[in-house]
Amino acid sequence: MRKIKEFIIEKLIFLCGIASIIFVILILLFLLKEGLSLFKYVGLGDFVSGHKWYPISEPPVLGILPLILGSLVVTIGAAIISVPIGVACAIYIAEVAPAKIKDFLKAGIELLAAIPSVVLGFIGMVTLVPLVKSVFHLPTGLTALSGSIMLAFMAMPTIVSIAEDALYSVPKSYKEGAFALGATHWQTIWWVILPAASPGILAAVMLGIGRVVGETMAVMMITGNAASIPNGFLQPVRTMTATIAAEMGESVVGSEHYFALFAIGLILFIISFAINLTADLFLHRKRL
Amino acid sequence: MLKQILLTGLIGALGILGCSRNDADKQAQNETKTSIQIKGSDTMVNLVQAWAEEFMKKHPQKQLAVTGGGSGTGISSLISSTCDICMTSRNIKDKEIELAKKKGVTTNEIKVALDGLAVVVHPSNPVGKLTQAQLADIFTGNISNWKEVGGKDAKVVILSREVTSGTHVYFKEHILRKGNANGPEEFASSALMMPSSQAIADEVTNNPDAIGYYGMGYISAKQKPISVAKDEKSEYEAPTTENVISGKYPISRPLLLYTNGQPKGLDKEFIDFALSPEGQAIVVKTDFVPVQANPIK
Repeated sequence: MRKIKEFIIEKLIFLCGIASIIFVILILLFLLKEGLSLFKYVGLGDFVSGHKWYPISEPPVLGILPLILGSLVVTIGAAIISVPIGVACAIYIAEVAPAKIKDFLKAGIELLAAIPSVVLGFIGMVTLVPLVKSVFHLPTGLTALSGSIMLAFMAMPTIVSIAEDALYSVPKSYKEGAFALGATHWQTIWWVILPAASPGILAAVMLGIGRVVGETMAVMMITGNAASIPNGFLQPVRTMTATIAAEMGESVVGSEHYFALFAIGLILFIISFAINLTADLFLHRKRL
Repeated sequence: MLKQILLTGLIGALGILGCSRNDADKQAQNETKTSIQIKGSDTMVNLVQAWAEEFMKKHPQKQLAVTGGGSGTGISSLISSTCDICMTSRNIKDKEIELAKKKGVTTNEIKVALDGLAVVVHPSNPVGKLTQAQLADIFTGNISNWKEVGGKDAKVVILSREVTSGTHVYFKEHILRKGNANGPEEFASSALMMPSSQAIADEVTNNPDAIGYYGMGYISAKQKPISVAKDEKSEYEAPTTENVISGKYPISRPLLLYTNGQPKGLDKEFIDFALSPEGQAIVVKTDFVPVQANPIK
């Protein structure tokens, strides 16, 4: 009796354990099925390198280069802003801050992570967009830069908390050894702790970027959504995620437009999979 | 022991969940007899909502749910039978009719009102009138500076609705492509795609160089509507109700309801109400243009 109970419970837990893997595989299969159907109509090369996105014309023009570059520009911008600030913040929390401030800061960062992205997007729309427009004397403030700044806020909690973990888990003996050799606090941080924690910090950066690439609502609200090839941060851009969100409702099921949106989803899936995999590799190397 | 309690609890909870699901389904089925789902064009939401409220006052037993999402969304819902009536600000496409047939849905069109599309700029913009050809040039990006149409030396910021919007499709086919629905013209790729008519209104209010379009119902003192002429020889006409009824204002479109087959029962009652003089009076109240003559003032 007891054995049977153990057996059932074990299997049940096993099912729960592999559930997420099953879901990922099912999602991937669905994406592949719907996304790859597109290539009956458009070649992969034309799809990825096409300069024009007019999905509802007859025949539809489906080139996603402006969308890929749009996502890229916004992501790079967000990384430039959030990585230095995030890593510096993690160093402060892990190494410099007194215990009280440390707890306070950590709580604050967790709170930042809890703000829904649509709220951040809305705040960005009414405060950041007019500011960017007037500071840079632009025709419109709905630009990649506005999106990057807003996304930097969203990536920061991920970067800070994971990087802080990595810094904190550097063995104490390293630090003591550095101090014993007469190194100052800053020299210890820069020459000993940072290099020792670097795989973890890189993983933090990758996961932060992963968050940015997949973000939809806020970028849709403040980047202007113009599907033209961007040549800087001060131009409106359209990201891949915003395109899917804005157009999925309209696309007729089974049309080229519908398959194209799934193909974009597939590309996003591959990008975030690659990012997560790299982050995982960095983390793994740390353990060895 | 603890495991046993947990397990029993889990099974119990699942059972309860299962039951409540079934009850909810049954309830939903009973309700469909006295309720209609109406979905589609964001332009029409206010109008149809006003009709629905008035209709429900007269028939307190009936439930009408009106939601937006865009004309395309409405048509997809009608095809997949997730709504009873779909509201659109553009005609249904042949492709969509075919797809509907495949799913056993015969689309039936009813014209319930007219809407004038207003092209708007910031009140400080000196440009106040344009021809249809100039509008086409501006929105396709051929004219990119305001001085080319008599304004100041500044880059034009083009605002458009997303491709899900019937307003977007109508404007493209009738202004950019000059009535030839399959023409080659497209919105400039630098056009900003705004998620709603209100977003266009807000951006025009804040941006002296912006130009956008929306349904006449959205016109307010914070934006300046442009007077439009068919060509250089014609008169420039402002987007007003009178000009849309008389046909002088060139950018107006029908607002339509689609049902699956001829409307029956509650659907028919509602549509008859919309077309009645009382319903058409509501059309005037919500800043659209009636299709039936002599609505009650």
